[in-house]
Amino acid sequence: MNQKMPVTFHLDHEKRVPEAFQLNAEDFVPATDIEKQELATMRESVSYWKDGIMRFKKNKIAMVSLLVVIFMMIFAFILPYFYPYRYEHQIRGSENLSPMEYSQTELDAKAAGESVFPHFFGTDSLGRDLMVRVMKGSSISILVGLVASTIILLIGSTYGAIAGYFGGWADTIMMRIIDIIYTVPDILIIILLSVTLKFPLQNLALRSGFGWISTVGVGLISIFIVFSLLYWVGMARIVRGQVLALKELEYVTAARALGANHGRIIRKHLLTNCIGTLIVTTTLQIPASIFTESFLSFLGLGVSAPMPSLGSLAAQAIGGINSYPHRLFVPAVMISVIILAFNLLGDGLRDAFDPKLKN
Amino acid sequence: MSQNLVDIKNLKLSFFTAAGEVKALNDVSIQMKQGDVLGIVGESGSGKSVTAYSLMGLVPHPGKIIGGSIAFDGHYINEMSEKELRILRGNKLSIIFQDPMTSLNPVYTIGNQIEEVILLHATKSKKIASKRALDLLNLVGINEPRRRLKQYPHELSGGMRQRVMIAIALACEPKLLIADEPTTALDVTIQAQILELMGELRKKIGMSIIMITHDLGVVANMCEKIAVMYAGKIVEYGTADEIFYNPKHEYTKGLLLSIPKISATKHEKLIPIDGTPVDMLMPPKGCPFAPRCASCMKICLKEMPPYTDINEDHYSACWLLQKAAYDTITNGVAR
Amino acid sequence: MSKLIEVKNLKQYFPAASNSLFNKRFLKAVDDVSFSINRGETLGLVGESGCGKTTTGKSIVRLHEPTSGSIHYDGKDITNVNMLPYRRKMQIVFQDPYASLNPRMAVSDIVGEAIDIHKLASNNKDRKAKIISMLERVGLNSEHANRFPHEFSGGQRQRIGIARSLAVDPEFIVCDEPVSALDVSIQAQIINMFEELQEDLGLTYLFIAHDLSVVKHISNRIGVMYLGKLVELAESYELTFHSLHPYTKSLISSIPEPDPKKSRLQQRIMLEGDVPSPLNPPSGCHFRTRCQYATKICAEQEPTFTEISSGHFVACHHCCD
Repeated sequence: MNQKMPVTFHLDHEKRVPEAFQLNAEDFVPATDIEKQELATMRESVSYWKDGIMRFKKNKIAMVSLLVVIFMMIFAFILPYFYPYRYEHQIRGSENLSPMEYSQTELDAKAAGESVFPHFFGTDSLGRDLMVRVMKGSSISILVGLVASTIILLIGSTYGAIAGYFGGWADTIMMRIIDIIYTVPDILIIILLSVTLKFPLQNLALRSGFGWISTVGVGLISIFIVFSLLYWVGMARIVRGQVLALKELEYVTAARALGANHGRIIRKHLLTNCIGTLIVTTTLQIPASIFTESFLSFLGLGVSAPMPSLGSLAAQAIGGINSYPHRLFVPAVMISVIILAFNLLGDGLRDAFDPKLKN
Repeated sequence: MSQNLVDIKNLKLSFFTAAGEVKALNDVSIQMKQGDVLGIVGESGSGKSVTAYSLMGLVPHPGKIIGGSIAFDGHYINEMSEKELRILRGNKLSIIFQDPMTSLNPVYTIGNQIEEVILLHATKSKKIASKRALDLLNLVGINEPRRRLKQYPHELSGGMRQRVMIAIALACEPKLLIADEPTTALDVTIQAQILELMGELRKKIGMSIIMITHDLGVVANMCEKIAVMYAGKIVEYGTADEIFYNPKHEYTKGLLLSIPKISATKHEKLIPIDGTPVDMLMPPKGCPFAPRCASCMKICLKEMPPYTDINEDHYSACWLLQKAAYDTITNGVAR
Repeated sequence: MSKLIEVKNLKQYFPAASNSLFNKRFLKAVDDVSFSINRGETLGLVGESGCGKTTTGKSIVRLHEPTSGSIHYDGKDITNVNMLPYRRKMQIVFQDPYASLNPRMAVSDIVGEAIDIHKLASNNKDRKAKIISMLERVGLNSEHANRFPHEFSGGQRQRIGIARSLAVDPEFIVCDEPVSALDVSIQAQIINMFEELQEDLGLTYLFIAHDLSVVKHISNRIGVMYLGKLVELAESYELTFHSLHPYTKSLISSIPEPDPKKSRLQQRIMLEGDVPSPLNPPSGCHFRTRCQYATKICAEQEPTFTEISSGHFVACHHCCD
């Protein structure tokens, strides 16, 4: 059997058999199962996440915006701790400095051989370093964006999932409530709320255990309340739409047939399949919230002094716009960069994790 | 010898996807004469539809023809411009699709859609076109054709829509009709009506048909010649009788054994083909069917088998056929 | 033989979009259907799309709440009870192997879901062992447990779906077109597996499909449905070779035989026209609009579902003429 017997033969149709074959006896021995198995190996497992991350990494704009976001986070949250100035610290004699300018006292100190940290963006009318105030302002703005988006995510997805899943009358009533909320003029409500909430919140802050309220600021809390009252409706609508489509799928019916209760079906089968949409909508919600916060703070309804936010920094700069235009320019550019970076990041995430939503 | 109506030679077609190259067609050759009815059977992803689409000059998006030639009625399809192809399509060459629900435009009436094709290829006169549309609806057995012409696709049932699709395909009396799973979306009793209709029309008009299906019953019923495809390759080709009563490729044999028959008088266990379909992104090196083949040999894992002629119009690509030849030769030498 | 499932006068209506506010219309998906399934047997249910066979299957496992009629499981009326204990006894396998598995869950979690819901495992190790034994039962292995559904072919996905329903150790499984979405070469694997599981575990099946050849192969008895009604019910060979109802006859003769010589000789009973809308079914016998034997009585009176010979039921005015 093992002896090699090369045999050459031709078949009638030369065009079908391109060349004469050299055949060996051992080639015609039945193949073992193991040999066959080797051919039928499965590809390496690619999970939804791996696949999405791979697609995200290929997207240059999204990667750049992710880097910008990370840089912003470091700038806003970490850098202030290593910065020689505090945001509320008023330096006597250093009021209204231009960028990189030193006050007389500081020049004297420098002359004496001490090292004085420069004011990159100058100082404001109270002698506070603008650089550190922009850092702190950014951190407040980003924090508001993150917290507000989380609130919106929690309320919106739960509400939308319940409306979509139960359908019928529950859905009709819940969606009409959303329609009503849509018609409410949000700015008006915010102004009303921040005025009416101010005193009850201040009173509450005086009680023991509620001291944190004054730390966070009454203005900030009323912003969060407004977000949780009004801004979740968009998220709720998107989630409801998805759930309506998903709940008809057979795997949901299969879970029902297995005896899964409503909570389990919503958590394990419906929301997990909305996850792409949830991530994307939340990410895109962050810049929207930052924008609203800046806008409110600009109007004087947001954070309370001395806490800065990018919006209130801009508002304070309006007064000296002719003499010190950079004070408006710096926070305005920061707002734009943060919002742009988050928006582009959201778009990138959408392309990577939720390609269906693109159109 | 008369000219072949269809002459596909060594067609190689690949899809270039993000995950890698998918060799959708691997050396596919098909010859058809005027009036032939050819069935192409195979499972999903075997390349049966891609073959037909490339014959229409419609290669689906990331796909690219990387070798071979496609000739239809003396024209080389793969060398023609889109403009030239458009003249050919719907005129000499027509196609009907699997899903009659999505292949008709919902915003135009049935009449509009049939007339459009006629006006495009045959005549400029609106009057002649609408008369022809009426004749066509009669031909495909639609009752009350005058009323139907003014109806929209959603007003018709699935079977009716497929008849309308056939009417559109036949509008310019094509030389070749490609039917891509024309009855898969339909119920059995409606399927029988459509198959009967196609058979009758073929006799009346004398056109050729390429029938693409996964249903062996349908090909047994309609086709004279059958090409069995597996993983982008024609693994066996022959007349219907040869394929059904004298199958040579292990895949064809397996298919025939694995289908339950309505006429069986006692319960016999089905003999399935083991394993799973090929992953077209990572096809095996040798014969694509080797991992599922019960009589797989060592050579099958290494080399693609060549075609062996069984008789005049029956050939198959399987190393077992070569082994048989080899055995006779070696035995002969030994003696 | 004991009856495991008994369906009595099952009606399943769905509200349909109506043309006026007060005149409510109903889609009568299942309209007065009665049959029973014996323990350990396979009852096949065939019919064309929209005939109500899938709805019947889903109503039996109470995935729809029946409009009227009753469903008995092992002698107990389960039409209005809490289904949770019965979910462990009655399971369903779905048609579409792509839509029936949650794409975000690993195979082990899909199969393990039932174990979690009914708390069938005492600890994590036990759970894992149970999942792997289920996978092995359907011809998969532990290597597949941590993969996701999209990595599998249609046939393998269907195996995962079957493993999921077996995880609760059921007695009765509704197989809703379990092979129609699969390639021909894979269908036989799954059909054989259903047969083997039945032998090993003593399962009872309701096997729903539109392909009569498949249903005949796997079933002991077959019921034929048309427009929400059961028109004929008999032992499989009796039904395929001695069918009485004109609809069953044409259904059988319409099947293209995968055999060219027989196919050329095949006599087809062609049905005229299409299936009428279930929103507005014909009066009397639902089939009369397409039936070549239809007479006046068919339009006036609904035929009763009667036992013509032992175990052979048919609903037709003219079948015994």
